[in-house]
Amino acid sequence: MNRHITNHPILQAPQKEKISFVFNGSALSAFKNEMLSAALFANGIQTFGHHHADNSPQGIFCANGQCSQCTVVADNIPVKACMTPVTEGIKVFSYEKLPDLPDVSASPLPAGKTKTIETDVLIIGAGPAGLSAAIELGRENISVLIVDDKSEPGGKLVLQTHAFFGSIEHCHAGTRGIDIAKKLSSELEKHPSIKIMLETTAVGVFLDGKTGIVNDNKFTLVNPKKILIACGAREKALAFPGWDLPGVYGAGAFQTLLNRDMVKPSEKLFIIGGGNVGLIAGYHALQAGITVVGIAEALSSVGGYKVHADKIKRLGVPIYTSHTVIAVEGKNSVESITIAEIDKEFAPKPGTYKSFSIDTVLVAIGLNPVNELLTQARSIGLDVFCAGDAAEIAEASAAMFSGKIEGSKIIRALKKSVSIPEEWMSNLSILKSKPGKTKELELPEKYTGFFPIIRCVQEIPCNPCVAVCPNKSITIPGNVITGCPVFSGRCDGCTKCAAICPGLAITLVKNPEKQDEPAKVIVPFEILDGSIAPGNEADCTDMDGIFICKGKIEKVISRKNLNRRLLIQMSVPRDKAMQVAGIRVQPLELTAPYLKEESSGITDETIICRCERVSAGKIRRQIQDGLRDMNQLKAFMRCGMGACGGKTCQQLIYKLFREEGVDLKYAADFTNRPLVSEVPLSAFLTTDLAD
Amino acid sequence: MTPIFDVIIVGAGSVGVPLSMVLSMRNIRVLVIERGHSIGQGQNKTAIGGIRATHSVPAKIKTSQISLNIFSTWQADYGEDIHWQKGGYCFPAYTSETESNLKGLLKVQKSYGLNIDWLGSKELKNIVPGINTDGLLGGTFSPDDGTASPLMSINAFYNMARKYGAIFKFNERIEKIIMRNGCIYGVKTNKQEYAAPVLANCAGAYARELGKLAEINVPVFPESHEAGVTEPVQPFFKAMVVDLRKTLGVENFYFYQNSGGHIIFCLTPENTISGTNTISTSEFLPIAAQRLAGTVPRLRNVKIRRIWRGLYPMTPDGMPIIDRVREIKGLYMAVGMCGQGFMLGPGAAMILADMIMQSPPSLEPKLLESFSLYRSFESAFEKLK
Repeated sequence: MNRHITNHPILQAPQKEKISFVFNGSALSAFKNEMLSAALFANGIQTFGHHHADNSPQGIFCANGQCSQCTVVADNIPVKACMTPVTEGIKVFSYEKLPDLPDVSASPLPAGKTKTIETDVLIIGAGPAGLSAAIELGRENISVLIVDDKSEPGGKLVLQTHAFFGSIEHCHAGTRGIDIAKKLSSELEKHPSIKIMLETTAVGVFLDGKTGIVNDNKFTLVNPKKILIACGAREKALAFPGWDLPGVYGAGAFQTLLNRDMVKPSEKLFIIGGGNVGLIAGYHALQAGITVVGIAEALSSVGGYKVHADKIKRLGVPIYTSHTVIAVEGKNSVESITIAEIDKEFAPKPGTYKSFSIDTVLVAIGLNPVNELLTQARSIGLDVFCAGDAAEIAEASAAMFSGKIEGSKIIRALKKSVSIPEEWMSNLSILKSKPGKTKELELPEKYTGFFPIIRCVQEIPCNPCVAVCPNKSITIPGNVITGCPVFSGRCDGCTKCAAICPGLAITLVKNPEKQDEPAKVIVPFEILDGSIAPGNEADCTDMDGIFICKGKIEKVISRKNLNRRLLIQMSVPRDKAMQVAGIRVQPLELTAPYLKEESSGITDETIICRCERVSAGKIRRQIQDGLRDMNQLKAFMRCGMGACGGKTCQQLIYKLFREEGVDLKYAADFTNRPLVSEVPLSAFLTTDLAD
Repeated sequence: MTPIFDVIIVGAGSVGVPLSMVLSMRNIRVLVIERGHSIGQGQNKTAIGGIRATHSVPAKIKTSQISLNIFSTWQADYGEDIHWQKGGYCFPAYTSETESNLKGLLKVQKSYGLNIDWLGSKELKNIVPGINTDGLLGGTFSPDDGTASPLMSINAFYNMARKYGAIFKFNERIEKIIMRNGCIYGVKTNKQEYAAPVLANCAGAYARELGKLAEINVPVFPESHEAGVTEPVQPFFKAMVVDLRKTLGVENFYFYQNSGGHIIFCLTPENTISGTNTISTSEFLPIAAQRLAGTVPRLRNVKIRRIWRGLYPMTPDGMPIIDRVREIKGLYMAVGMCGQGFMLGPGAAMILADMIMQSPPSLEPKLLESFSLYRSFESAFEKLK
């Protein structure tokens, strides 16, 4: 079995050297230097071991070096699979019990003196916010050190194969996230005062104001005048029976496996959460040839952009609104999920339970800022700045402005005068605004010749279609970027609008002069599907994914300036042409549920603290007994004491407090301590020895 | 209506909680007032868990023996696992100076009837498999000492105290100690007043602050030490290893592996860091790593999980103060544990409870002089404190 992705509509599979390694005694192949987690997934292994406390199966969870759930034993040493590259012949064992440390020979004793890097500004995180801030600082020739734990700059941008919203002028609208990352990186290179250290994790902020970083398993200190925290966000956790099985993980982790590591971690998956993150993850899954069985959203409508939702509905993904997950079932990994419709009190309705056979569940119910280092820096009283998702959860386009603004504030704090354009502030507030009103789709009068159908009926900040129309026939009433674009006037059928629309929401219709001839429809398409070829028939769907008619494929247009997007020209009945919004790639039977007997929701047995295997019931009983301090819970129940340090369970425990009727202001929060994530002791064994 | 109690204890920490347990088990109505959010949120949770009787001052030896007796039999008596491990204390000697110091002490310790002996380097290797034997001259080992989880222990004592009726008030600060005719009458907190004829100062690092409210000078001055914990690995040693080598920044360094497989380590700094700041320093991890891997080389491959810094409430002579205040009737204190509050706590609680209740003393009155508030505080620090 090899689940490396070799063919992808957007991404290019890198040419990498093949090597072999051993897992539990079997020889397996991998790409040189890919992460162990990717290599295991590529070989169809998603259970990496069993917890030493209760033998529960363990696997990937954060894919980000933060949680240690993916620990395996490589050449006798316990390591995080998601952060450890595969090397030729490395012998890996699943984590089945507390590992024995191998005996080694003595090393020198004298205490080391740690190297300190001096810089004006330390930026933690090379995502859209960090890079944008660095560029502002670089323009002023201020010395900047950016650290990031990944091997390339861009943060989550490098996982975003889809085109961005906003305006072309201000935030690269219509450009794919992966390409924005490259643009920002090359901009960075123009400024010699900026240094970037990749594969470098910031692990703590200390009393002397220095930040500890670990690179190449070496601990170094950075002594900045100002710190910018731009380390982004992490998925909010959701506890339900079975959420601790291997195969349940965040949408971010999924995108890492899929779009960075280029392995196909699943054949069939289900997504919990209909925000942009969940919708986009669904789209990415389809692009990799994974069946997306459905998306469940607890609210009555999806929280993400309508165009994102429409895009995947057209392709054949059912979205279950007002539905919640009841449980995930499986023995050693995920085998099925059960969902149910919920009433206004979020209680499951009897008779609405349905189950699906799947191998993976993506949790995408929202994001929380990664703010441990911010808390530590503030507790010391440092002059610390914060940008992007680490400050406030919003789109990456907003993070770029937030970075520019915070970067400029740092310039000012360093006593250099710089003006912060008013426009940036307004752009930031527009870009981070939630989607506005949705109106009905108005179809145009019966034209002959070419005309676009713009299925962009929800107020979101986006206008590249307006910018690219050579005839200026697409406008937004009132000229506000959050308005909905309308077409009127001349259309030559140049397809530029259909090619650039980030939501793939524009189709072109051509009605021939003769009334009895079929119409032509041109739809944008970004999925690899061999059946989409001239001469074949396709199932055409409307905006909501409902089957409209068969379309006869006439042309598959692929041009360089289409930016890896295809335009599919089909012949369809004239009376259906304006309704055709896309092509279904997932037949209905692929996503059909089977009925399930009712079961209880979150049970006392449901695990809340994954690291230390603490169940909801145990925590509930303590809260009922009067416990009001998370630290006390940590002290003797161990929740939050594990490798992740409470990053996952903290919010879940809040929820339990609320369920028990305790106002969170009476529940004291966890104390935040370094290290932010586990670091091998050897990283602190400095070679630069004093005396 | 002001609630009335027999005894008010200030501080729900390593000493206050066991004191509340001991008193309430003797049918005393106890109120514990704590400024933190819950039990053990001061220095108790920063303790690493060592419990030894092998000191060199008789009063401390006896106090620790009372504690050891409680810790070591807790699970058998009450069923709750407080992670007690009878792993012993091991002091390896890598220099002839350390060897002669340890051997000198050994005679004193043996004269007090302590179970401690000198072991050769080969024998030490059985106690701590993988210990660095380069230059190892042997060391002392006291098999009856051990470790327990401060977190689990204080919780067990707390549950027991509550079972016997002790009342705990959290998030309350003492604003005033109320006295009438030179006697304790009660306290006023930021929330309300409580009455009791007896007040016990168990305020740990803040004992001096509390003393000031009664105009009593309590010579307790906090210093800080740093500690850390690793990921769990297969247990391979149980002893508390106290490495006395003095290197840059280090007075001594000690660590053990707890029953969950975590290695917990702590450093005594070369230069005292006074005050109550508990933010971790940037120097600690590189030093701790060198010491751990230097003493047990295989530890270089373990991952460090978390670090913290806790306070040692120090007295000028390094000995605790467990006493009745002569000037104010009803005022008592068990403070200045000098970083050994966890191990001395239950013993100190027994001793203070005896004083409060005027019961037959657990400790001979002569020994109690070492803990007196009215001693000179001028004697030299205990060796191997």
